Amino acid sequence: MDNNHLITTENLTKRFPMGQTELTALNNINLTIRKGEFIGLVGPSGSGKTTLLNILGTLDSPTEGSAVVLGNNTAELSHKNSAKLRNLQIGFIFQTFNLLPVYTVYENVEFPLLLQKLGKSQRHDMVVDALKWVGLADRAKSKPAQLSGGQCQRVAIARAIVKKPALVLADEPTANLDAKNSHHILKTMETLNKELGTTFIFATHDEKVIGYLKRQITLDDGQIANDQVLKG
Amino acid sequence: MLAFKLALRNLFGAGLRTWLTVIVLSFSYVIIIFQQGMLDGWNKQARRDMMHWELGGGQYWHTAYDPYDFFTIEDGRGPLAPELQSRVDQGQATDVLISQASIYPDGRLMSVLLKGIDPNQTILDMPTAPLVENITEIPALIGRRMAEAAKLRKGDVVTVRWRDANGTFDATEIKIVEVMKTNVGSIDMGQLWLPKSRLESMLGVENMTTYLVLKRGSNATDTVNGWVYRDHAYLMKELTEMIKMKSVGGSIMFLVLLALAWLAIFDTQVLSIFRRRKEIGTMIALGMTRQRVVRIFTLEGAMHGILAAAVAALYGAPLFIWMARSGWAMPEMTDDMGMAIAERIYPSYSLGLIAMTTAIVMLSVIVVSFIPARNITTFNPTDAIKGKTS
Repeated sequence: MDNNHLITTENLTKRFPMGQTELTALNNINLTIRKGEFIGLVGPSGSGKTTLLNILGTLDSPTEGSAVVLGNNTAELSHKNSAKLRNLQIGFIFQTFNLLPVYTVYENVEFPLLLQKLGKSQRHDMVVDALKWVGLADRAKSKPAQLSGGQCQRVAIARAIVKKPALVLADEPTANLDAKNSHHILKTMETLNKELGTTFIFATHDEKVIGYLKRQITLDDGQIANDQVLKG
Repeated sequence: MLAFKLALRNLFGAGLRTWLTVIVLSFSYVIIIFQQGMLDGWNKQARRDMMHWELGGGQYWHTAYDPYDFFTIEDGRGPLAPELQSRVDQGQATDVLISQASIYPDGRLMSVLLKGIDPNQTILDMPTAPLVENITEIPALIGRRMAEAAKLRKGDVVTVRWRDANGTFDATEIKIVEVMKTNVGSIDMGQLWLPKSRLESMLGVENMTTYLVLKRGSNATDTVNGWVYRDHAYLMKELTEMIKMKSVGGSIMFLVLLALAWLAIFDTQVLSIFRRRKEIGTMIALGMTRQRVVRIFTLEGAMHGILAAAVAALYGAPLFIWMARSGWAMPEMTDDMGMAIAERIYPSYSLGLIAMTTAIVMLSVIVVSFIPARNITTFNPTDAIKGKTS
């Protein structure tokens, strides 16, 4: 495998049982994603964007074909090893933020580091850095309920990047945000991509996002309809 | 350690929900300990009273004495062996002579046991001193239950009919000189306590004894020529059986209360897991294994138990101390129902009882917390992230 290849999929197919029949969510997806890319998976609802993200994030496994993520074939990973891979190498950003409600902003961002069993002072430095990147250092003690939607999503970004992962998967990160907040979030991610070299993959059908993408992969009915590089 | 830290964080983060469960659970702790303490207190009191009023430090029985066989009561008596007589002479024991008789209160016939005892004895707590009264009638001491059953009061005179050593029937008047209040039913119902010397005269015997009561703390030896030693274990066999029966009832109550605790935790866990599906999915996405999430949820449940123990200690400890000091007044009715019970029960809260109860509740809380939490292992994280159940 090319050292620059972060993700490779071959004939990746995912089917879900639907009563007596099966629904094909992904059909023979062949993809190669390199380090540092800023990719958007676009397409209408039900086109398979989230399913593809879930498989790349080792939260789901393919029915047929393979997905090799960071050198690991997702179908062969045990629960324990896929959890380890997610914890160390993959960051997630969700449409509904998915912050832990009883934790403060600081504790939410610290959570992935706790799983890595890092020392307290190291964790502190990393959390403070992450919060500075997203401009929320002054809200460290707030609870998610005290923040706006945009701020919550920024906390989610901080949580995804605090461990400096190789890959960040974002599922409709701007869907619940207004235009101003969407641009702010996308700017933040773009900066992180440039400064940290983190690979970002978005699932989106938000037109605002498309302007920021370096590469756009269009999915339609579980298949790649178009894969084009937008920015060099 | 991490699971513990996270569970603690979640627990306190849940605020009121946590405290409501904790308070319900703490009730179970307090009521279980209270109820068990009452039973223990009652048992201890019953044993103590039996020792002080009836059994002393153990008894020597005439070999032919069988308290359950009324046909041999008259045969179960004899002169004390010299070793035992010397104990009586030294004030280390008191002897009792038993005979069957009938009394006729208000013209009704009632079978009784006449028990002769030294009025000056100090071995038992029975108030035998009034038996020294020098009166024409034979002085008799009866218990409150006997007085109620025979409708006799202090000062009443009643006819007694018995058979002497030769088998001849005789009758005389006896006077109730004292009605004693005792919790020990076996020295009360169907019994009249007389001065032993008077009973011996009535029966036409001399220096005859049915059983000997040793002073508490006496060193007892085994069988002495013609006299069998009966220790507390033997003498309290029936009480022990009764306590066992009571314990079964107590255990049912214990289980009911424990079930309440289980329900509180189970309910909280099921609701918590249902409500926090999204959180569970997020934890898995962030790199937690499902087993680790199960551990956190189980620990959260278990911590309810720990917190409840602390809360229970907070209000339970002063309550228990006060109860142990002032006792719990028992209604008169309980005694009338045939249960030998003191006017006040002083609950006994031993360290063992508290530790045992805490351990049992904690252990069961852990198990009950785990049962719903283990379902997390079957969660599909992609559904859970969206708050869906798969």
